[in-house]
Amino acid sequence: MVSIQNLHKKFGKNQVLSGLDLTISEGGIFAVLGPNGSGKTTLIKAILGMVIPNKGEISVLGENIKKSSNYRHQIDYLPQIANFPSNLKVRELIKMIKDLRQNTDEDKRLIELFKLEPFLDKKLGNLSGGTKQKVNIVLTFMFNSPLIILDEPTTGLDPISLIRLKDLIQTEKAKGKTILITSHIMSFVEEVSDEIVFLLEGKIYFKGSISELKTKTNQPDFEHAIASILTDNHA
Amino acid sequence: MKTLIIIFSVILMTSYTHASQIEVCNTCPISTLKEAIAQAKDFDTVFVKKGTYKEYDILVNKPLTIIGENYPVIDGELKGEVITITSDNVTIDGLFIINVGTSYTEDYAAIRVKKSKHFVIQNVVLEKLFFGIYLEKSSYGKVYHNKIIGDAVEEYNSGNGIQLWYSNHIEIEHNYVEHVRDGIYLEFSDDCIIKNNISAENLRYGLHFMFSNDDIYQDNTFENNGAGVAVMFSKKIKMLNNTFKENWGTASYGMLLKEINDAEIIGNTFEENTIGINIEGSNRMVYKNNNFINNGWAIKVRGACYTNLFIENNFLYNSFDISYNSKVNDNVFDRNYWSNYTGYDLDKDGVGDVPYRPVKLFSYIVNRTPETIILLRSLFIDIIDFSEKVSPVFTPDNLLDNNPLIKKVQW
Amino acid sequence: MLKILKYSFFDLMRSRWSYVYFAFYLLLGIVLLFLNNDLSKAVITLMNVIIVLVPLIGTIFGVMYYYNSKEFTELLLAQPLKRSSIFLGQYLGVALSLSMSLILGLGIPFVFYGLFKSTAIWDFSLLLITGTFLTLIFTALAFNIALSNENKIKGFGYAILLWLFLAIIYDGIFLMTLILFEDYPLDKLSLVGTMLNPIDLSRTLILLKLDISALLGYTGAVFKQFFGTNFGLIVSFIMLTVWVILPVLRIVFKSMKKDF
Repeated sequence: MVSIQNLHKKFGKNQVLSGLDLTISEGGIFAVLGPNGSGKTTLIKAILGMVIPNKGEISVLGENIKKSSNYRHQIDYLPQIANFPSNLKVRELIKMIKDLRQNTDEDKRLIELFKLEPFLDKKLGNLSGGTKQKVNIVLTFMFNSPLIILDEPTTGLDPISLIRLKDLIQTEKAKGKTILITSHIMSFVEEVSDEIVFLLEGKIYFKGSISELKTKTNQPDFEHAIASILTDNHA
Repeated sequence: MKTLIIIFSVILMTSYTHASQIEVCNTCPISTLKEAIAQAKDFDTVFVKKGTYKEYDILVNKPLTIIGENYPVIDGELKGEVITITSDNVTIDGLFIINVGTSYTEDYAAIRVKKSKHFVIQNVVLEKLFFGIYLEKSSYGKVYHNKIIGDAVEEYNSGNGIQLWYSNHIEIEHNYVEHVRDGIYLEFSDDCIIKNNISAENLRYGLHFMFSNDDIYQDNTFENNGAGVAVMFSKKIKMLNNTFKENWGTASYGMLLKEINDAEIIGNTFEENTIGINIEGSNRMVYKNNNFINNGWAIKVRGACYTNLFIENNFLYNSFDISYNSKVNDNVFDRNYWSNYTGYDLDKDGVGDVPYRPVKLFSYIVNRTPETIILLRSLFIDIIDFSEKVSPVFTPDNLLDNNPLIKKVQW
Repeated sequence: MLKILKYSFFDLMRSRWSYVYFAFYLLLGIVLLFLNNDLSKAVITLMNVIIVLVPLIGTIFGVMYYYNSKEFTELLLAQPLKRSSIFLGQYLGVALSLSMSLILGLGIPFVFYGLFKSTAIWDFSLLLITGTFLTLIFTALAFNIALSNENKIKGFGYAILLWLFLAIIYDGIFLMTLILFEDYPLDKLSLVGTMLNPIDLSRTLILLKLDISALLGYTGAVFKQFFGTNFGLIVSFIMLTVWVILPVLRIVFKSMKKDF
């Protein structure tokens, strides 16, 4: 699905990714974890083509992404901070994104699911963070792409919406899609992910299932396993 | 008294019966102008019928009236001068003269009047000429309603349209002159009236005069001439209601005044000239009710100009209104309208409450370094002009119009 | 690109800044006509104002729009769209909406005043064309500045500096150079100096229209050829076009390499 070879990225003097190799096979939910500044968002943005790597190759669905934008038709992306043009109304934003990508009717179901009807004619600048995140989720899930990338999807969501989001993720997984998630909420990661990728200092420190991680670190639960990696490497 | 009238009428009658008419045409017994003149007696009238007459060096040495009917063509075949008048009281009317000879040693003219008085030259058309109408030491004549169309290309081998040399009391009216060297040229000619002429597209000057005093120039149009109009070394000239237009070029002026004293320049229009009036060494002049429109420089004062009065003129949209090359000013500017004036009139008396300073620092800079003209209308230039306006350093600080008008002057 | 252009354009059209800009020009046009009572004089005053003001508004507005629409840009970047189309679309959206405010804001009062019956119509068209060119150039320069500076305040600072430099300081240096080297033939230098600054270039176009009588008073042969024939007009327009194309190319180039 996604294969990354020898990825390097530097922001000024700050080496964020240094020779990262990663292959994500088709189907299943992958969680990208790591401490702050480990390069999670950079990795995701590199896959999306928003960050241009200094070195290395990335291919999505067998296609090298360099100098191409069409492969993004195959990706649904949920950005970390939902910042939208504040002048636009929710309805217009949805219409615009559909206009830019392709038409779909899935949005109606999603709007209903997240109870967004009352907000459709409000300007995005006047929405609360949680509502914005719901709009963000609608925009992401209304297209039927084989690869879904979710950057901190749980931010600002109330418990009911969180459950709906989890359901949504599971349905998509059931359709055989590949889903890439970053999150700081370990319980959420533990609950949804099949496999985790742990980034440390710009490299992959660990890749495998949660149980494998527990065995490796000799910790009874997931949260402690993660913590032990961090203390081992930084203490 | 009675006897006097009788004597007069007798004289009139005898002269009438004596004066006869002579006809010239290609098929007549008299088929050339020369023959007709030879046969004519004093005060006869020669009628020239339509046709082409290949003649040159025609000498009119007796008082005759020569009238062309339907513009007969006198073709000089480029051999020399066409008509020379040496007698008083000659009238030339309605001829079409072409192909005047060109020479580097002699100024051949289509019509030359030599030491004669009371002549009239009218309704004549001149083409392919060297000099057009040349008045030499002649006076009390009239040059009326002629059309002179040259084809001059180079200054050195072309002549002037109408030229006066030591000729006084001449009236030059309603003539049209184009494409010659100088349209109208006067030298040592006093008390002439030059009125309602159009002089355009001439190689050098539309009007050029030197050492000629007490002349009046009125209602003429000088347009698109190589260097505009030059007026030099003359006194007590009146220039009224003339139009000076589109004289563009490096050394081109609407009007060039050099060593002119006590002249009146009133009611003229200077439009789209590189320099409207260029003044040098001219004193005690009055400039009144003139329009200066869209000129590069409305007035350029080159120095040695004293007690001149500029009053009630309109300065409209000129790139520069006034340019001075010295810090001294002895001229008065008063009650003019300046389109560049930005002051206000709070007491509503039609006169701006702040004086207008017509000389810009930038015009001083351009005088020094001409290439800087390319920075005209730049914001930077506006800023330095403003600072100079507030405290003059390079331009005469008493050069002000203390009563700038708020509305255009009408007259 | 056209879709982005459409959205940027409509986004701007409903932002109050376009209205402010539009209203400003409307007011300027009306006030000038009212004060001067004369179409040609109003056009001349306007020309002096336009060549300084349009670049200022273009740069400030361009930088402002870029920083304010950062979120929109990031949203677009995740969509299957080419980067060049995103940025060119946004650039054209800004530049066209600014140009439209200019053309309509000035055009309406002048048309009502009887522009079509006046001889000033050519001067006025030249004014609008020059204004549009300046908007295109300075919005592009603003985008360049914003693309190269993540820091908003720095970006604004550079934008103002750029305007200050091209509108005033450049001419000051230019004038000094000409005066310092006045003993040498300067006509080529002065023309080249003009070409290198879009504000000066537009000023030249206006000079060609308003001050041709003064310009022809200068002796230099190159000057004469430039101002005396259509050559000057053609070269000026070509240079203005180059001034649009170069910064736009840099927008494309820079946006390809930038991380978001």
